[in-house]
Amino acid sequence: MNNITKNRVKDNLFRFWGIACTLLGLVLLSIFIGSILIDGLQRIDWSFITSLPSRKAERAGIFTALMGSVWILVLTTIIALPVGIAAAIYLEEYAKKGRLSNLLEINISNLAGVPSIIYGLLGLEVFVRIMQMGASVLAGSFTLALLILPIVIVSTREAIKAVPKSLRDASFALGASKWQTISMQLLPASFGGILTGVILALSRAVGETAPLIVIGALAYVPFAPSSPMDEFSVMPIQIFNWISRPQQGFEVNAAAAIIILLLITFVMNGIAVYYRNRWQKKFK
Amino acid sequence: MSKTEKEGVIDPAIKRKQKLEAKNIRVFYDDFEAIKGIDMTIKANKVTAFIGPSGCGKSTFLRLFNRMNDYVDGFRLEGEISIDGKNIYKKKVNVEQLRKQVGMVFQKPNPFPKSIFENVAYGLRIQGIKDKAFLQEKVVDSLKQVALWDEVKDDLNKNALTLSGGQQQRLCIARTLAVEPSIILMDEPTSALDPISTSKIEELIFELKNKYTIIIVTHNMQQAGRVSDYTAFFYLGELIEYDSTKKIFTNPAKKQTENYITGRFG
Repeated sequence: MNNITKNRVKDNLFRFWGIACTLLGLVLLSIFIGSILIDGLQRIDWSFITSLPSRKAERAGIFTALMGSVWILVLTTIIALPVGIAAAIYLEEYAKKGRLSNLLEINISNLAGVPSIIYGLLGLEVFVRIMQMGASVLAGSFTLALLILPIVIVSTREAIKAVPKSLRDASFALGASKWQTISMQLLPASFGGILTGVILALSRAVGETAPLIVIGALAYVPFAPSSPMDEFSVMPIQIFNWISRPQQGFEVNAAAAIIILLLITFVMNGIAVYYRNRWQKKFK
Repeated sequence: MSKTEKEGVIDPAIKRKQKLEAKNIRVFYDDFEAIKGIDMTIKANKVTAFIGPSGCGKSTFLRLFNRMNDYVDGFRLEGEISIDGKNIYKKKVNVEQLRKQVGMVFQKPNPFPKSIFENVAYGLRIQGIKDKAFLQEKVVDSLKQVALWDEVKDDLNKNALTLSGGQQQRLCIARTLAVEPSIILMDEPTSALDPISTSKIEELIFELKNKYTIIIVTHNMQQAGRVSDYTAFFYLGELIEYDSTKKIFTNPAKKQTENYITGRFG
């Protein structure tokens, strides 16, 4: 075998290895989704979505958990978005580059890697006990807001950093103040990137279970929350609860709920990808 | 609000002819000395060209006049830059106001990713001007001044990024003119453009000098010769020679200047 054929064989070997690795995750995921769909799809109908929990599997629905998740999502967004974006703008545009800003930067990246259950413990102590919010939607939202804050900050900073320097120069050279440049040029230009980061962070939040269990979210809540101070459950906790029941019927319910939860995250990620592409097109 | 009142938003002082003076200027980036003691007076309503090899400090020096170096990490200035006798680096100076008076055009055309109209109106909008008729008039007037009006008048709402490079650069000049500066700094305004667009910009500079004081940094000797009244040759952070363009190009006093303009180095 001469060198050229040897190289070609190596090339092909690596190509097949690469394809196999790429497909591994996808195949496993599709097997999983396929089996879930087979189990759960027949169970999904309007009454499954609008029914309250029940001891009888065939009458139980996800309404309270779904509403709990929606409440959590909305409140988490309201809390995390302004704080995260403001912090990112400060770090990127105002903070003097130096030891302190380096330290802040490293710690924010570290926070993104802290296990979520630690955030749950923090939430339990600070929000539930010290601030006496109880095991409410509000306490859950604050906890999840803390959890996604690092992701929001990091992705917002990346988006702002990606705005070409020439745009800043142009704005300043025309006599714009720093805030005018930020609000009229940098934020609109980085909007797509910020949105992408925020949606990805939220789609992580909607799937979080551990921190909410720690702060005392319940598996069984008779009614959907009607105020931020109400008790709540969320989709992942409901799924966990149903799966741990012995009756066959609840397993089907769990599969159906998983389909809906997946649908929510896929749609959110889809929106994020759409905005990212549109944003990239605008600036290339 | 009548129109005269609106014009009052712009400092009436800028209408006067203004002299730019640099006294004993030294610029440092951390420990690196980029400009090593320059004294210079720039004449009002003339075009002054800054020439010199890359890294000679001419762009840094240009950016002193509208304080665009302020954002560079480690930037430090010694000496005094004054416009009309007023030191623009004093603490009390309003930098935003200064930049309305001293406009700037950059090397690469950098229109905002907005409509043509909004690009030109931006400088006025940030001053709080909202009157539609006034904005419209200023935008049209500015586009006419840079001879872009005929090319874009059909669709002012078109995204500025769809224009050609040369059109974009003229739009950037129009945007600068709209805020009525008295001084315009141009940092290699044609280096990213083709020869036809370049000659259009040069014609424009020629027309603008009646109303504005223009400083242009260029790497193109012919361009300096064509458009400028005065030429300053910079080398390694020092001002080697500064005189009328005619003198510099026909009978330079220093050997270094002659070597550079005849293309023997740089």
